[in-house]
Amino acid sequence: MATANGNRRQRWSDHDVDQLLGNLLRIGVIVATIVAASGGMLYLAQHGTEPTGHRVFHGEPSELRHVGSIARAAFSIHAAAIVQLGLVLLIATPVARVAMSLVAFILQRDRVYIVVTSMVLALLIYSLTGGVAG
Amino acid sequence: MSILVFTILVAVGSFSAGLLGALTGLGGGIIIVPMLTLLFGVDLRYAIGASLVSVIATSSGAAAAYVKEGFTNVRVGMLLEIATTVGALSGAYLAGRIGTGVIAVIFGLVLLYSAYRSTKPLAEHVSMENADPLAIRLRLNSTYPTPNGLQPYAVQAVPAGFGLMFVAGILSGLLGIGSGALKVLAMDQMMHLPFKVSTTTSNFMIGVTAAASAGIYLARGYIDPPLALPVMLGVLAGALTGARVLAHANTKVLRRIFAVVVVVLALEMLYKGVRGGL
Repeated sequence: MATANGNRRQRWSDHDVDQLLGNLLRIGVIVATIVAASGGMLYLAQHGTEPTGHRVFHGEPSELRHVGSIARAAFSIHAAAIVQLGLVLLIATPVARVAMSLVAFILQRDRVYIVVTSMVLALLIYSLTGGVAG
Repeated sequence: MSILVFTILVAVGSFSAGLLGALTGLGGGIIIVPMLTLLFGVDLRYAIGASLVSVIATSSGAAAAYVKEGFTNVRVGMLLEIATTVGALSGAYLAGRIGTGVIAVIFGLVLLYSAYRSTKPLAEHVSMENADPLAIRLRLNSTYPTPNGLQPYAVQAVPAGFGLMFVAGILSGLLGIGSGALKVLAMDQMMHLPFKVSTTTSNFMIGVTAAASAGIYLARGYIDPPLALPVMLGVLAGALTGARVLAHANTKVLRRIFAVVVVVLALEMLYKGVRGGL
């Protein structure tokens, strides 16, 4: 019985892809956690003694809503923005995983899954660029 | 309460949720939102945003280990992700349109279903024959490692599984959860994937699904960094600890305890959703 990848082994086997994806996910989570946690420590040092305000919903300020402005604020050492940048990196990790899968399917010349993966990636990018916000 | 004390308490609570979720295999995401809203009085929208972020963290963290073991079926995952991401975008869109009371009621019902699901063991239906013709065309059939070597399996009912995954995606985007219980239903029971394959593939997909809705939550201002951070770190640490001690734990008793906790939270969510006050 032919396995899913048995008859199409080219430069990349499914196994190689799996190893690479595993490493990508791990690195993404570690980097995101380090960035977010360092921002969090700075935030607590600056605001730790203030009262909390999560009971009432007022929405985040607009500079903490979009990738570009989050990055700009983070680089000017705005504590909450550094945390948010870490969270954005975390959200981007599965997206990078899908992008990596797409590259792998291209290298394997797997047409059907190039289309499938492109669709998933397009939906993710659409969401992250604020396509349906509001 | 000062921000420092609040952060520590939320982190401890999230750690416990992540630990219990990993030990029982039900995922901690589902009790994060009730915990934040009912126990800490956090607004439902902030709670869902924080929960989504923690779902991405645990899914990616666990998937890193799972993918390498060769159980994950990346083709099945990617195909079904079309359904879950479209669902997640629809769910996140709906979340901004319907009232928090309605969301709380739906949340309560999903919690009740998850508690019910967790007490009923499922039968495995793996077979090597009679694959869905679509599964053959899409090359979904694969193998997984067993003690007796690589075992092939055939995938069934692709359209039905795809449809249920769309619903799982909607719930994920609407409630900020991984929808693990529905995903397992679709993959184990409808598509007849082996348990280990469906669990790991589902986990692999959860991060992508959550990322789809997280983008919308971020743009809407529902992701509050000082809240999402301790939730994310707590759940992640709890889940990783849970995975380590899993071999020594009595999961049967734990599953019962967890099911009771989930039912209590479900009833309270339903009550608050109907009465208002979230």
